[in-house]
Amino acid sequence: MEQIEFDYPAAKRSITKRAHVGVVGSGDMEVLMEPTQSEGAHVSITTSVDGFQSTWKAVFDRFFSKFDGAVRVQINDAGATPGSVMLRLEQAVEVINQ
Amino acid sequence: MSQTGIIPEFVRRQSFIELDGRKRAQSLFDEGTWKELVGPFDRMESPWLPLQGVAPQFDDGCIVIKGKIGGMAAVAIALEGAFQGGSIGEVSGAKMTAALDLATKDSKTGKRTAAILLLETGGVRLQEANLGLAAVAEVISSVLALRPHAPVITLIAGTVGCFGGMSLAAGVSSYVVMTREARLGLNGPEVIEQESGIDEFDSSDRTLIWAIHGGEQRVGMGLADALVEDDAGKIKATIRGYVQADLPLEYRSEQVEFYRDRVTALDTSEQINPMSLRQRWSNKTTGGLQ
Repeated sequence: MEQIEFDYPAAKRSITKRAHVGVVGSGDMEVLMEPTQSEGAHVSITTSVDGFQSTWKAVFDRFFSKFDGAVRVQINDAGATPGSVMLRLEQAVEVINQ
Repeated sequence: MSQTGIIPEFVRRQSFIELDGRKRAQSLFDEGTWKELVGPFDRMESPWLPLQGVAPQFDDGCIVIKGKIGGMAAVAIALEGAFQGGSIGEVSGAKMTAALDLATKDSKTGKRTAAILLLETGGVRLQEANLGLAAVAEVISSVLALRPHAPVITLIAGTVGCFGGMSLAAGVSSYVVMTREARLGLNGPEVIEQESGIDEFDSSDRTLIWAIHGGEQRVGMGLADALVEDDAGKIKATIRGYVQADLPLEYRSEQVEFYRDRVTALDTSEQINPMSLRQRWSNKTTGGLQ
C-alpha cells in the first residue's frame, strides 16, 4: 500500500459543494472532493498498488489542466486504471457542479 | 407497433442489483425523507486494513440511512458487496449495531422503527478476525433486541449473496426477502468444496449452487419469506409491506424442535432432490406475507 500526495496551488476557484463517488472494489476507487480553506488544491491518495506515483501525477496534471477548483481530493484506490481514475474524477466534478 | 410494445418489460425495469449499496438503501425510502448517518465524509475507516496493505473505504463498506418507508420510521443498513466482499469488520459492525440499537431505543419509546438489512456479504472480514466475529455476535444480539418491537427485514438481492456469520443475522431477522439471483447459506460453495471435497459440492457448478443456495429454493423451503424480481420498484413495494406488517407470531429461529425433526426425518440413503425438498418443506410456517 502506498500514500501519495500532490499540491496544485494554481487551482483557486472557490467551491461550495462536496462529492463522494465510487467504491473501493477491484479495479475501482472512491473519491471525496470537498471545498478547502487553504489556497489551491490538495490531493491525497491511498492505493493498494505500489509504484505508480508518476502515473497518478500524470493523471492529476491533466485533470488540473482543465479543472481549477480549490478542492481537497482524497482517494482510496483498489487498482483503478488511469482511465477509470479520470472518469471517477469527472463524475465527482459533475456532482460538485450540480 | 408502439415502442413500449416492442421493448420487453425486463429491459425497461430499473434493476436493483445494478445499484451500489448506497443507492440500494436510498431507493427503499419515501422520496425526500432520508438522510445518511456516519457517511463517507465522516471518514470512519477501518484502522486495520491499511496495516495489512489493503486500501480502506471511507464508510468501511457499511451504509446507514434513516428515513420513512410508507410513512413509518425505518433505518436501512447496507453492506457494500464490492468492497472486500461486503465483509464485516470492527467499524462496519459497530455502525450496524449502533443503528439497530437506536432503532430499538426509538421503538421502545413508542416510535416503531423497522430495520432493513441489505446483506451482500461473505461474513467476517478475515483481516479483522476476532473483531469481526465479535461484530457478528453484537449484530445478532441487537437484531434479537429489536425484533420484539419492530420488524427486522433482511433483503438479499445478489449477486454476492449472504454467507458466513451474517447469514445467522439473516436467520434471526423477522422477514427475509430474496431475489432469484441472490444466495443465502452458512458456508459458501467454495468453503464446502474445500472442506468436504468436490464430490460433496462442486463450487463451479452454478446450477447446483443456485438449486441449493438460490433465492427461489430458499423461499420454496420456507427459509426465506418472499421472492421478488430484480426490480427496484417491486422490491421497494415488498419492503414497504414488511415495514408496515405485524410482527411474526413465531420466529424461525425459535422453532428448534420443528427444524430438528425435519432434518431427522430426511432419508439420506439416496440423493435428496432440491425440488422434492421444496415440496416437502413448503413455505407455510414462516408467517410471510406471500
